[in-house]
Amino acid sequence: MVKFLMASSALAAAGLLGMRSAIAAVWNKTGFESKTTAEALKTLGVSGATVSREIQITAPEIAENGAQVPVTVTSKIPNTQSISIVVDKNPFPLSCTFEFSNGAESYISTRLKMGQTSNVIALIKADGKFFTAAKEIKVTIGGCGG
Amino acid sequence: MAEPMKIRAKMEGDAADVKVLMSHPMETGQRKNEKSELVPVHFIQSVIATHNGKTVLDIQWSQSIARNPFLGFRVKGAKAGDKVTISWTDTTGDKSSIDTTVAA
Repeated sequence: MVKFLMASSALAAAGLLGMRSAIAAVWNKTGFESKTTAEALKTLGVSGATVSREIQITAPEIAENGAQVPVTVTSKIPNTQSISIVVDKNPFPLSCTFEFSNGAESYISTRLKMGQTSNVIALIKADGKFFTAAKEIKVTIGGCGG
Repeated sequence: MAEPMKIRAKMEGDAADVKVLMSHPMETGQRKNEKSELVPVHFIQSVIATHNGKTVLDIQWSQSIARNPFLGFRVKGAKAGDKVTISWTDTTGDKSSIDTTVAA
């Protein structure tokens, strides 16, 4: 964190960053390059997330095409700060992180690639605590090598 | 080169429902071309959504987001006529952005 602050202030001082990129979160390289869910979760600072029924994952039970799997995550947990999605069996399980601010509802909809049948894990950060839910999606044709 | 995006924002109750379709190959680095050569990794890493200039979503993506990425989100308290902007940056430093006004 200290390192990041130093780096970003140095860049800002050098005038290399526009307003928009200055406020963007630093891409979680270590997390996105982690090869297991456990390693990826560590980079997000998670230890022992609570399983919650206040998280809804909407996705098909069976995805015929792993290259385009629609997934929607809604969190009803108060003060939800972010939603991350992890595809447990993908070569790099951590898929995405969405941070909310200024009135964004704790809801996101996107499409994922899935290499094979896997649990899809939603990880919610709310008031500094982590909550999780999972849903298995069966994949007929994998979508990583496309 | 960045190709055009599509965006639509529409009021639903007390929130603006925003849907975005980006144009990007989202290469995983694992796919082979017709000559059996690996296609280099190339994907959108960062997406920022703003509502009237204020950031509402700060997004980090990996290569596991599907080709031509779809993004849906909602902004509470938005009103018809408000401005919504989406900007992305990919692994090569390429950028694209689009804005729209929220429809009633």
